[in-house]
Amino acid sequence: MRFYNTLSITQKQIVWAWAFLALPVLFYVVIRFYPTANAFVLSFQEWNLLGDRKFVGLENYAKLFGDPVFWKVFKNTFMYLILGTPVSLVLSFIIAYHLDKVRFMHGTIRALYFLPFMTSAVAMAWVWRWFYQPVPIGVFNNFLASFGIGQIEFLSSTTNALPSVLACAVWAGLGFQVIIFMAGLRAIPQSYYEAARIDGVSTWTVLTEITIPLLKPTIVFLVVFSSIGFLRIFDQVFNMTTNNPGGPLNSTKPLVLLIYDTAFNGFNMGYAAAQTVVLFTILLVVSLIQLRLLKDS
Amino acid sequence: MRLYRLRSFILGAATAALTTAATGASAVEIEYWQYFFEARVDAMDKLIENFEAANPDITVKMTHFPYDSYRTKVAAAIPAGQGPDVVQLFYGWLNDYVEAELIQPLPNDTFPPEKIEEEFFPMVQAMRMGDSYWALPTAVRSLALFYNERMFDEAGIENPPANLDELVETAKKLTKKDGAGNLTAVGLTTGMTAQDHHWIREVLIRQFGGEPYLDDYKTVNYNNEAGLKAFGFYNDLQAKHGVTKAAFMDEPQAAFKAGRAGMHIDGSFRIGALENVRGLKWSVAELPAGPDGTKSNYSSYWVNAITSKAEGEKFDAAVKFMEYLTSDEAMQIWLETVGELPAKPSAAMTDENVSHPVYGPFIKGLEYAKTTVFANESAQRQAMVDMMQRIELQGQPLEESVSQAAEEEQKILDEYYQK
Repeated sequence: MRFYNTLSITQKQIVWAWAFLALPVLFYVVIRFYPTANAFVLSFQEWNLLGDRKFVGLENYAKLFGDPVFWKVFKNTFMYLILGTPVSLVLSFIIAYHLDKVRFMHGTIRALYFLPFMTSAVAMAWVWRWFYQPVPIGVFNNFLASFGIGQIEFLSSTTNALPSVLACAVWAGLGFQVIIFMAGLRAIPQSYYEAARIDGVSTWTVLTEITIPLLKPTIVFLVVFSSIGFLRIFDQVFNMTTNNPGGPLNSTKPLVLLIYDTAFNGFNMGYAAAQTVVLFTILLVVSLIQLRLLKDS
Repeated sequence: MRLYRLRSFILGAATAALTTAATGASAVEIEYWQYFFEARVDAMDKLIENFEAANPDITVKMTHFPYDSYRTKVAAAIPAGQGPDVVQLFYGWLNDYVEAELIQPLPNDTFPPEKIEEEFFPMVQAMRMGDSYWALPTAVRSLALFYNERMFDEAGIENPPANLDELVETAKKLTKKDGAGNLTAVGLTTGMTAQDHHWIREVLIRQFGGEPYLDDYKTVNYNNEAGLKAFGFYNDLQAKHGVTKAAFMDEPQAAFKAGRAGMHIDGSFRIGALENVRGLKWSVAELPAGPDGTKSNYSSYWVNAITSKAEGEKFDAAVKFMEYLTSDEAMQIWLETVGELPAKPSAAMTDENVSHPVYGPFIKGLEYAKTTVFANESAQRQAMVDMMQRIELQGQPLEESVSQAAEEEQKILDEYYQK
């Protein structure tokens, strides 16, 4: 106490700041940093959850980079990112842009778009999974069949399965992106639009010269946010392919599912940790690149 | 301070003396752990009640966890000197548990190996390592052929198929297609992701004259004539005879439940899910025999073991509890509550059980059932799933696909056993 009294006001403020920060710092250290550090260590070890951990050096990484399944999964993960992010962003922008102009039942329509985002991913994935089935149960194929059109193999085809799973994931995330875009649109000062109208500028020019440039912070946020989401895709894939997770023939398997499978079916914790470190690195690099590219120069 | 300590000591001693006096000479409490599945927990409650009535000086405390976190919890608790004295584990985990020193062998004087081999169904021998048994099941599961009685009546079929040729013929009569040639009901469900990989491994391959693995399941042995015949037979069901489609209606059991599959091979654990399904009339038959009359079946089971934590009087109590869990009485209770089959012929092969319309065919299957020793069941299953999909989706020739799958599975086994 006597020591505390000798401190200056600024120093006291610092002490208090740290006192209040102590709780979140402790939380992050115990819940985030410690397990993360532990995972890094584990990636150099061999452990089946039961026995002792054994150091094996770089063996896990060597095995990982020599595994054709890993490279297939690596490619899939980026397919989810490369297809998913632009498609979902363009779609949600178009919806938000037009919805912003709609006055009739605006709140209801907005709520409808947001509804999928509030639904559990598991329930949604199962409903879509049944949509995609061949006749006699699949909605899409029954519809096609009733017009005499041949069936489409959605989930049981090595080429169609990934886009089919992705469609469900894009649809699920759409509501959130629409809401963020609309908030971004509302934040653009009306005076710019008024000035443009006085100058008699076309709608297209207004869109490309005013709306999109001023939406840049929103777009940056959504690109980074949805990229991380697609790189970590799991729920939809796992639930739509539970019988043969990531199948057929690994054509839909993302990195997270590979990690899950290695860890909790194979009980190969060290190998799974190595995969996690790779995922972490990818997430970090992708986010940094995007932030750099999209940042205001 | 010292006075306080003395007082609390006396108080503690008095309480201890009182409790001992109340519960008998020397009350021992042992802990039992299993994963949560309602029927299993109910059955165990009954068993514990009976056991405690017979052994008033022992109390058993049961703890259960969701399946997902079960293995992790067990692994964390036992080395820390906590957790169960008697633990339930899947037969396929035995190796890992023994290696991690989580369990100890059952004492040979109470559980002599010769006696166990005489009393239990032969597949339980997988639980022997060296000179003793490490774990024993109360109940086991086997496969049988479920069939839809209504569809059989409609097609004018009287008896379920007795062999593989009849299986194909019966399936042909049961298959239904719409005008465009789309399947609307399959004769026999198939799906390597369900029970079919077991059916092929332990049943079909053996029926075509092969043996799926050598050296205690450490060497894959189906990349040969018998294996090709077995996989060929299976593949022809869809490719040649058109009586099935892999993953028809998403899951084989769903197709059967919806009345859109004439026949369905599944385990005894499916009985509960099919009971009381409205509009579904079904029955069970033994798996069809092979071309030369060979019968085979696959059995899997959960076992109980004594953990390395149990010592002294707790160990003695655990042994007694294990004795009760492997008694005929316990097995009958388990059958009636959970629907899983007794692990001993003396309990299983009673007239009542064998002639039971539903349990009967499963129990008969136990006599000749084999148990696959898996290193990593899901990965080994995946090798077979991928094998069939390479043929179906990518047009890879059967021989090539089988040999690739054999290589993949051998790699999984080698990696597991080299450590």
